[in-house]
Amino acid sequence: MNDASLPQIVIIGAGPAGVRAAQTLVQAGLRPIVIDENSRAGGQIYRQPPPGFVRSPKTLYGFEAAKAEALHASFKQLLPQIDYRPDTLVWNCSPDQLDLLHAQRHTTQRYSHLILCTGALDRVMPFPGWTLPGVYTLGAAQVALKAQGCVLNGRVVVAGSGPLLYLLAYQYAKAGADIVAVLDTARVGDKWRGLPQLLRQPLTLAKGLYFMAWLRLKGIALLDSVQEIAAAGTEQVTSLRWLRHGKASEIACDAIATGFGLRSETQLADLAGCRFLFDQLNQQWLPERDAAGRSSVAGVYLAGDGNGIAGADAAELSGRVAALSLLEDLGLPADLSQRSQLQNALAANQQFRRGLETAFPTPVHWARQCTDALLICRCEEITAGQLRHSVAQDGSREINRLKALTRVGMGRCQGRICGAAAAEILAQASAQELPSVGRLRGQSPVKPIPVSAALAAEQSKGPA
Amino acid sequence: MSLLRRVAEQERPQLTFWLDGRQLRACAGDTVLTAVLSQAAQLRRSEFSGAPRAGFCLIGSCQDCWMRREDGTPLRACSTTVSAGMRLLSGNLPVQLEGEALP
Amino acid sequence: MSRMLDVMETDIAIIGGGLMGTAAALALRRQQRSVILLEQGWCGAQASGVNYGGVRRQGRPASQLPLTQRAHALWQQLPQIIGTDGEYRPCGHLKLARDAGDMQELLRYREMAASHGLELELLDASALRQRYPWIGQHAYGASLCAADGHANPRLVAAAFASAAERAGARLLQQSAVDACVFDGNFFLLQTRAGMRVRSRFLLNCSGAWGKEIAERFGESVPEQPIYPNMGVTEPLPPLMNLSLGVVGGGFYARQIERGNVVLGGGRGQGQLALDATRPRVASTFAALASLTEMVPALRHAMLIRSWSGVEGATPDQQPVLGPSATTPGLLHAFGFSGAGFQLAPAVGEVLAELVMHGASSTPIDAFSIRRFAPH
Repeated sequence: MNDASLPQIVIIGAGPAGVRAAQTLVQAGLRPIVIDENSRAGGQIYRQPPPGFVRSPKTLYGFEAAKAEALHASFKQLLPQIDYRPDTLVWNCSPDQLDLLHAQRHTTQRYSHLILCTGALDRVMPFPGWTLPGVYTLGAAQVALKAQGCVLNGRVVVAGSGPLLYLLAYQYAKAGADIVAVLDTARVGDKWRGLPQLLRQPLTLAKGLYFMAWLRLKGIALLDSVQEIAAAGTEQVTSLRWLRHGKASEIACDAIATGFGLRSETQLADLAGCRFLFDQLNQQWLPERDAAGRSSVAGVYLAGDGNGIAGADAAELSGRVAALSLLEDLGLPADLSQRSQLQNALAANQQFRRGLETAFPTPVHWARQCTDALLICRCEEITAGQLRHSVAQDGSREINRLKALTRVGMGRCQGRICGAAAAEILAQASAQELPSVGRLRGQSPVKPIPVSAALAAEQSKGPA
Repeated sequence: MSLLRRVAEQERPQLTFWLDGRQLRACAGDTVLTAVLSQAAQLRRSEFSGAPRAGFCLIGSCQDCWMRREDGTPLRACSTTVSAGMRLLSGNLPVQLEGEALP
Repeated sequence: MSRMLDVMETDIAIIGGGLMGTAAALALRRQQRSVILLEQGWCGAQASGVNYGGVRRQGRPASQLPLTQRAHALWQQLPQIIGTDGEYRPCGHLKLARDAGDMQELLRYREMAASHGLELELLDASALRQRYPWIGQHAYGASLCAADGHANPRLVAAAFASAAERAGARLLQQSAVDACVFDGNFFLLQTRAGMRVRSRFLLNCSGAWGKEIAERFGESVPEQPIYPNMGVTEPLPPLMNLSLGVVGGGFYARQIERGNVVLGGGRGQGQLALDATRPRVASTFAALASLTEMVPALRHAMLIRSWSGVEGATPDQQPVLGPSATTPGLLHAFGFSGAGFQLAPAVGEVLAELVMHGASSTPIDAFSIRRFAPH
């Protein structure tokens, strides 16, 4: 019997945030639905390879093996007590219903409460040649190794900013990849400036230093203060050029792993009607979230990196916080003192995050220096020059307007990859501060869906 | 050169699939992206410039890795597991939709 | 404490920066009249920017045919008028029949249209499949208007606004009108931000908000907001070489040069406000089902985006176009009920004629606001 007034809790995402949120709800006697776009739980950092793969957690996750194993074990225990929907894409969110795609078929899922744990992907800065085969995000390079037992082939350059550069180079070199250089846009001074806050998490700091030392011992070039990277090649990457302290250099390579920190995936929060604010630390529009994990929409909660980058540990904490707040809002017993403790831990983590941002600053104004010829939008192949031209010709001052007139962000990825750079260019060309140009609005379907799914849905409705 | 190189998990059952009409082998559990790029250097060609593309984020976010089967159906290479007998096109043959395409 | 702001004087004030308003602004500038246009959001972002993009005469009622023919001539000169082609392609509009009953309807329409100088060609099933092999077996026949076509509404709306501005119209965006009154000689408008405008003429081109403006002058129009439902596929190899519709309007679809197929059908949902609409999955799916029934090759496509927007509709699906019944100098041009895009260039000229001469050479009596006056 289906009572529409009973709470129907749906958790979107089965990474650290989603798993801990589910666990907290199950402990309170509830049975949430957990929707996972992947085939197995764990999200990105604790991504599990397909069944039948043999490497140990130590090999897969290195220093994070214990945490990964703990998370996976927890999930396994949870499985009989939740309604787990793997390989399922949530492509639309209405006030009380989700539209799902699973095995090429469309279904809907009613909800009364949502916990959005949608995670993040690499923040991407376009550079000449970045669409060449052989250029991948840092996350992509990791997933290839973790989930498929592959590395990028040939000579690999790791380029960008953020601590992930060193982690990836280390993982790759250990696995037998040919890392020829690590190019970091941060300056040495940045790392020193960030040190005081980084010291708040000495273990994390130590790991980072360890990776760098290990790489140096292997003779791998680690260069800081790198600017203006540019990849060359015709059918695939053949070399990477850069500037450093005014001097130009070039290195032959076959692959580039690039990333500049992480960027939250927020389209579902947008479709759910959440209010957004421009977050200075993350340099991104993020759904408003209070300390208890509530969004601006009653019944919608936010947790994990999908709402501001804070790392896997913080994701586990915020998943639990959001679930506790949901329980509180349902009038069910919720351990609020525990929630306070978790919130304190999250606040402390934020300090560390600020340290990371100081030590590994994202070159947020990167796009402003780029030439007109640079491709900003991969999907639609729109150049920086086309964007600047529209600002000059059409007086575009707002990002959705720019999208309507130039097609930037109109492609399959709906601006996930190009949106940040496009906003930078618009801000500069129209002489505005970045937040003033607005944000690209999410549109359903947030990822492409096959027309055949629509047809199957229509057919199953039967004669009108 | 191929874009991916296997360094682990090599003791897996093999299967046969087709790429641009050529018969190739993959390992059970490979994504389509792995199956193709471990022996090739592109997944598709850009609709506008014709430039080769080979995916980018590998986590189903960037939508750069969409390929088509020979029967015209689309699939996202990084999030689809390769299956025996799959017939894929990587963009070097013209994509036809069923029904006559215009010249 | 209120600031004394200067009043901006102008011949004509226009409320609404969609295509009707900007086309009128451009036409009036050609007549050397001064124009200030006030738009609450961004020019061309409402109905003008979100509609399907059909540039179509076929299917319109007899009363609209003179206006649509006038517009058609202007579309052929679009680059001269607004400086860009707005991706306008007069590649043809094909209206499909599903059965003999539909075909009869197309036949009757063709007869009526011919008497107004609009030539249509009827195709039976075999002619249809020979000429357009991508149309599937379910099509019983069709009516072709060879010189109808489609364009990119976002580009065209923006281009009309830019052209009007280049011609010397003052376009004030993000300038919602708070108050507008007539003092017997002049119209006085005030925006939310406190800007004030005084004009001899006022053009109400405020689309779905047209009713609200009309009400301030004692005129009641039963206009309702409607929300079109639109979607678009990924870029596909060239397949559809004209704009496609079907008797009954279940779907409409066109393939742009970059390859995406833009389709529409059914209704979205929302409110009469900016950024307050969204498409309906059920409408999109139904449109896709109808479309792929007629164009089977699209079964393998992917939908990458859908959207809705606000349009103003009247019970008889005819616009409100012409002088106010209560206030001299007030002209209305709203409520185009989802079919205004093609008409816009001509509507602009008609409004200019009404300002300059008090009458238009194109018959517009059928669109008079008086038809809603209580008897």
